Amino acid sequence: MTDTLLTIEGLTKAYPGVVANDNVSFAIREGEVHALLGENGAGKSTLVKMIYGLVKPDSGTMTLRGAPYAPAEPRAARAAGVAMVFQHFSLFDALNVAENIALGMENPPPMRDLAARIREVSETYGLPIDPYRTVGDLSAGERQRVEIIRCLLQDPRLLIMDEPTSVLTPQEVEILFQTLRKLTAEGVAILYISHKLEEIRALCDQATILRLGRNVGTCVPAGTTAREMAEMMVGSAFQAPERAPRELGEVALDITGLSVRSPSEFGTSLKNLHLTVRAGEILGLGGVAGNGQDELLAALSGELRTDADAIRLKGRPIGRLGPAARRQLGLLTAPEERLGHAAAPDMSLTENAALTGAQREGLVANGFLKWGKAREFAEAVIARFDVRTPGPGTAARALSGGNLQKFVIGREVMQRPEVLVVNQPTWGVDASAAAAIRQALLDLAGTGTAVLVISQDLDELMEISDRFGALNEGRLSDIRPAQELSVDEIGLMMGGAHGMEVAHV
Amino acid sequence: MLTLEKRPQPSRLWTYLTPVVAVILTMLAGAVLFAFLGKDPVQSIRTIFWEPLFSEFAFYYRPQLLVKGAPLVLIAIGLSLGFRAGIWNIGAEGQYIIGAICGAGVGLAFYPMEAWFIFPLMVLAGALGGWAWAMIPALLKVRFGTNEILVSLMLVYVAEQLLASMSLGLLKNPEGFGFPGSRNLQQYPSAHNAELIAGSGMHWGVVSALVAVILAYILLNRHMLGFHIRLTGEAPRAARFAGVNPARLILFCLGTAGALAGLAGLFEVSGPSGQVSIDFNVGYGFTAIIVAFLGRLHPIGILLAGGLMALTYIGGEIAQSKLGLPAAAIQVFQGMLLFFLLAVDVTTNYRIRRVTREVA
Repeated sequence: MTDTLLTIEGLTKAYPGVVANDNVSFAIREGEVHALLGENGAGKSTLVKMIYGLVKPDSGTMTLRGAPYAPAEPRAARAAGVAMVFQHFSLFDALNVAENIALGMENPPPMRDLAARIREVSETYGLPIDPYRTVGDLSAGERQRVEIIRCLLQDPRLLIMDEPTSVLTPQEVEILFQTLRKLTAEGVAILYISHKLEEIRALCDQATILRLGRNVGTCVPAGTTAREMAEMMVGSAFQAPERAPRELGEVALDITGLSVRSPSEFGTSLKNLHLTVRAGEILGLGGVAGNGQDELLAALSGELRTDADAIRLKGRPIGRLGPAARRQLGLLTAPEERLGHAAAPDMSLTENAALTGAQREGLVANGFLKWGKAREFAEAVIARFDVRTPGPGTAARALSGGNLQKFVIGREVMQRPEVLVVNQPTWGVDASAAAAIRQALLDLAGTGTAVLVISQDLDELMEISDRFGALNEGRLSDIRPAQELSVDEIGLMMGGAHGMEVAHV
Repeated sequence: MLTLEKRPQPSRLWTYLTPVVAVILTMLAGAVLFAFLGKDPVQSIRTIFWEPLFSEFAFYYRPQLLVKGAPLVLIAIGLSLGFRAGIWNIGAEGQYIIGAICGAGVGLAFYPMEAWFIFPLMVLAGALGGWAWAMIPALLKVRFGTNEILVSLMLVYVAEQLLASMSLGLLKNPEGFGFPGSRNLQQYPSAHNAELIAGSGMHWGVVSALVAVILAYILLNRHMLGFHIRLTGEAPRAARFAGVNPARLILFCLGTAGALAGLAGLFEVSGPSGQVSIDFNVGYGFTAIIVAFLGRLHPIGILLAGGLMALTYIGGEIAQSKLGLPAAAIQVFQGMLLFFLLAVDVTTNYRIRRVTREVA
């Protein structure tokens, strides 16, 4: 078990204007779960793409089981025993599980044999799945199983997993971890990419940390605190959000019997939601994406109209009001999709500041926009939220995800809302920006704003929310104080493991 | 191998440079075309672009530039508002015809009375007529989600039939010896859109076009409505998030375009053309689409593009009579302008890179 499987020596890959990987070296032993840690843009993806043969390194060497390893394409990597589960699945909804797996094979066996092998592998590793089910009907967790089984059918020696838990409930994560442990017991090595530090501490034997394309250290996760790892990733002392004790005020947002049909065919309709948020309180709503989060945000922002009484702002029915009128009254929102929804990609930050700030910041007089004031407002947001950009004249799409998210959240926070609703506030945002955004939400609640945070990131919700509820298929669970919840209870609130269970072997 | 690489943000330089490059490419391709037709390419291009402005007969052609350019600019300004917001009004030609019929109809109703208020009433009727014609696709789109491209385009042909009917029936000149066409408004002083300064080509339509350019500029750059128009075009979801009411925007954009096209029709029928006749329309409503895009949907750009288009019209006519170039060749030439513009347009958002194929 201590034989070295893959050695990476001095891998370097440069793209025009940026060095994605600079002289990265490390080794993976057989049967080891090796974590690859780093912020967005640290070079994790480029590194695994080189190992999987998708990208050719500029320099450096790899050795697999003592032999030189330089895959020219993924097929060569697979032949050498390297498999990869991508963050985004590549499955056809209309085909069944076995057909999807056959599509990825060079010489697929007859369907009946393949189905039997899928059953066998899936049961051996605790990933039960019916090979004849249509992929379109599977949950995200089950789709991931299909991807993993597809890899396992190749008998890999090294399995690369890119952010595998971002789509899973806690129960599903536990099932996945059991599978991975079973694999490592057989000597398969796993290269595990994530930025969820607690998971890495629970699962991984070794961690390599990348920052700006360089290997900045290795550690044994079990013997390192999450905070220390975060500091290695960020490269500076890490400011964990602080929560000051807050006094709760009146009920600011009151949702009673909110039902909304989703405008999209593939959306989730909201079914009879009830919740209240008090001034100074943060209510966290968890749930796997696609369970009504977008629809709830649209119903609150005013993009979807509802019964007048279904939504009340400080006692006033607002269900029929449009977005501008709601902003005027103090209900501000920040949608999940930064480019194209929260911000117009080709417009400048000044114009994007006016997009939601026009009413409350007094940027309009007699229908005419005061661009000077809009620019000042944009500059204020940039300065206070440390948005890295040449200036307010920059187009929104030129900003990195984290910087644009800071701008979008900052734009709403700076308008001193009565109620702020945010959807996935730190999705795809690096650790330091995420911490800054969470701190801003906590500070805002401290000033007496009612905050509703919709997020898939449970650690985030536990860190900042006072009470917690979960959305599942458009329905809302009971809402309970966050402090007293266990991970199991949260998972059950999110709808359990979507009917999945561990195979009893 | 050449590849396109998306720019982090649209290139400012290329935004302004593309029309110029497009014009140059059109000249080159046009020269090749004319050479194949057996004409001297240099002289042909020179005739189209130089003669109307600087030849010894330029005193005659220059006013014509205003007369031809004004309706193009007026219509294109209205269209550009909708195009900016992703609302595709292709039927300005029909709105132009209806505006002319309504305006001329009001004027003729007063014939032979002379009064100062007749012409203002005609202007109002022209604008209202175009507006009402544009409201048909607008309301259908808002109410039933129909495609405004198809509806507005097909209404052009309806308008043409209506025009034929009017010039043969209701508006036919009772003293016209049975010829089709209405009374000549040029001979009815109260209804005549005369030149403001004799021999200059400057009539009320030119003034309106200039005013429209200025107002559109202010609307788009300073006013909330203009901001919402741009926002809707660039990011429809963000626009709805900002609180834009899409239905109201559709009504406004189509309505404004219709009203301006109607005005252009009225100024044409009461001025340079003079009478409602079967073939009164000459395709300004369609050419204005080219003008709008050639001008980058920007008011100032449209002003310049309208001038350029008028130049190719007049230059084209000179080339037809002097060099015997076929009319179709001139139309191809004008079409190439839009073609090259759209092709060169890619450089605004992409840069072209020469890459040696990377070994996977």
